[in-house]
Amino acid sequence: MKKQTPIIEIRDLTAKYGETTVLDNISVDIYPQEITVILGVSGCGKTTMLKNMLRLYEPAGGSVRFWDQDILSLDDAAYNEVLKRTGMLFQNGALLNSISVYENISIPLEMHTNLSTEIIDRMIRVKLALVGLSEAIYKYPAELSGGMKKRAALARALALDPHILFCDEPSAGLDPVTSAALDELILDLKKQLQMTIVIVTHELGSIHRIADRIIFLDEGKILFTGNLADAMQAGIPQIDRFFKVGMF
Amino acid sequence: MQLYLSDRTLVLEGELNKLTVPIAAKELKATIKQNPVTMIDLSRISMIDSAGVAFLEELQLYLAPKTTLLLIKGASSNVQAVIDTFSSSDSLRITKERKKGYFEEVGEKFINFCQELYSGLTLASEIFYYSGVGLFSRKGQRKGSLTQQATQLGSQALPIVALLSLIVGFIIALQSGVQLQNFGANVFIADLLAITTVREMGPLITAIIVAGRSGSSIAAEIATMQVTEEIDALKMMALNPIRYVVVPKFHAITIVMPILVMFSVLVSEFGGALIAIGLLDIAPETFISRSIAMISIKDIIVSFGKSIWFAWVIVIIGAYYGFQVKGGAEGVGKATTSAVVSSIFGVIVFDAIFSLLYL
Ligand SMILES: Nc1ncnc2c1ncn2[C@@H]1O[C@H](COP(=O)(O)OP(=O)(O)O)[C@@H](O)[C@H]1O
Ligand SMILES: [Mg+2]
Repeated sequence: MKKQTPIIEIRDLTAKYGETTVLDNISVDIYPQEITVILGVSGCGKTTMLKNMLRLYEPAGGSVRFWDQDILSLDDAAYNEVLKRTGMLFQNGALLNSISVYENISIPLEMHTNLSTEIIDRMIRVKLALVGLSEAIYKYPAELSGGMKKRAALARALALDPHILFCDEPSAGLDPVTSAALDELILDLKKQLQMTIVIVTHELGSIHRIADRIIFLDEGKILFTGNLADAMQAGIPQIDRFFKVGMF
Repeated sequence: MQLYLSDRTLVLEGELNKLTVPIAAKELKATIKQNPVTMIDLSRISMIDSAGVAFLEELQLYLAPKTTLLLIKGASSNVQAVIDTFSSSDSLRITKERKKGYFEEVGEKFINFCQELYSGLTLASEIFYYSGVGLFSRKGQRKGSLTQQATQLGSQALPIVALLSLIVGFIIALQSGVQLQNFGANVFIADLLAITTVREMGPLITAIIVAGRSGSSIAAEIATMQVTEEIDALKMMALNPIRYVVVPKFHAITIVMPILVMFSVLVSEFGGALIAIGLLDIAPETFISRSIAMISIKDIIVSFGKSIWFAWVIVIIGAYYGFQVKGGAEGVGKATTSAVVSSIFGVIVFDAIFSLLYL
């Protein structure tokens, strides 16, 4: 792996819900234009890690630097600038339920740019085409299947052409064909658009296809970071079990 | 299902399942009495299910204090497989929670209360702040959200406000009319009705209905958005959830509430007028002129002031419970109920305070 400067540096991040510590002093780097996959059994704190590193929940301790600025100490305006350069696909999509897919994708564009409605309209359509969901453009979230919701949410996450994209279990609940297409899309985003991508996933096939680097979480600690081949030879029982059984 | 002691070994025999566990449990004490048991023999168990495994774990716990070494042996491979599947490995490590002392418990409740109050006040101040900012800049709000919220709020509440106000007008006029008639003071019905509806009944009835209809829907909407990660998604899009979700509601309710109150007063007056004119033989002109003469500017200001204040109480309490939601869909229901109960309570308390301040 090349020596690079990290795009995100996480230091001693601690995350708690009330008294329960979910992440205990984790430190890890994310590198630009790489696909980093976060692995671990369900409930080990992967979603919590994403939300805390983005300050959607206030972490109990530690620091998170995006582009060399500590987002935990940024003022609102500067923090929002960081957010506008990052996109997130939530585990269940998290589309706003009271408005259509079209409006969902238009929100970040309307709120954060001065683009004309014609340009915005084109941008929405191209993002939906990218995720293969053009036919559902005027539907409401309640009228979509789980997989369609996720793809619509991915289109929304891509609305502002983010530099960093977070995906929380993007292919869970998708059929193998759509899931493989999604992997292709993610690889394309990295290759064509030089995006940095952080993905939580359990799909072994997907991990093999896309992962440049993996982070293995277990009981609130990071057990391993590095590339996949090294992970499989590291002789760490939890990781071996994970790859042997595959799904959790 | 049988169990018996042989030397220091407790032997279980037959099927140990959800049907036989109660029998075994009943016989257990009589069988063991005060005898020490160091071993449980499962070799004669022919079949076991999760209830049986749970029973074994309970049995271990029950016997543990009296013995130093407890062995479970002899399970056939089938039985062992079921035990492996259903046994919780740390079942022997159950520790009893220390019971809290009285003062500790009271103290804890008090601290919790203070924390809740603090976060409630923080939220209230944020809502006020962003609603103020929102007056001058629509940034971070969706186009048309205010109109949509206001229409929805108004149309939801209007019919029921009308109906209830009419009935309350009837009731006040009837009840007090009968009393006044005894003194031959029929005409005062107009004065009385005007004062009660403008200063008390209008704002109160409207607030209670709006709390029930719109307070609950504010809490439910925000709680649902919280549970489905929509709030996180808003934050992720660099949008402030308070500005995006709460501020349009705050503005809408501030505009709509006084209008609803005015409407409620007029309908109550109309209801009262029907009784006064129909049953108490008061001339329509007298009724109208006395009513108008009775109401001072101050009454109207108090009435509007109250209605706006109640509106804010409803939005803030609804938003508070919405953002506080814990757990999934079940949490949404709880948040909604708490919001309605608390906001009606809040409205009545503030009404009492207002009555003391502006006698
Ligand atoms: N909002 C919350 N409040 C309290 N506990 C939570 C909350 N969200 C998650 N948890 C707990 O934190 C742990 C990690 O959850 P999560 O990060 O969602 O796991 P993962 O995404 O790895 O499946 C779990 O034990 C879960 O029960
Ligand atoms: Mg998760």
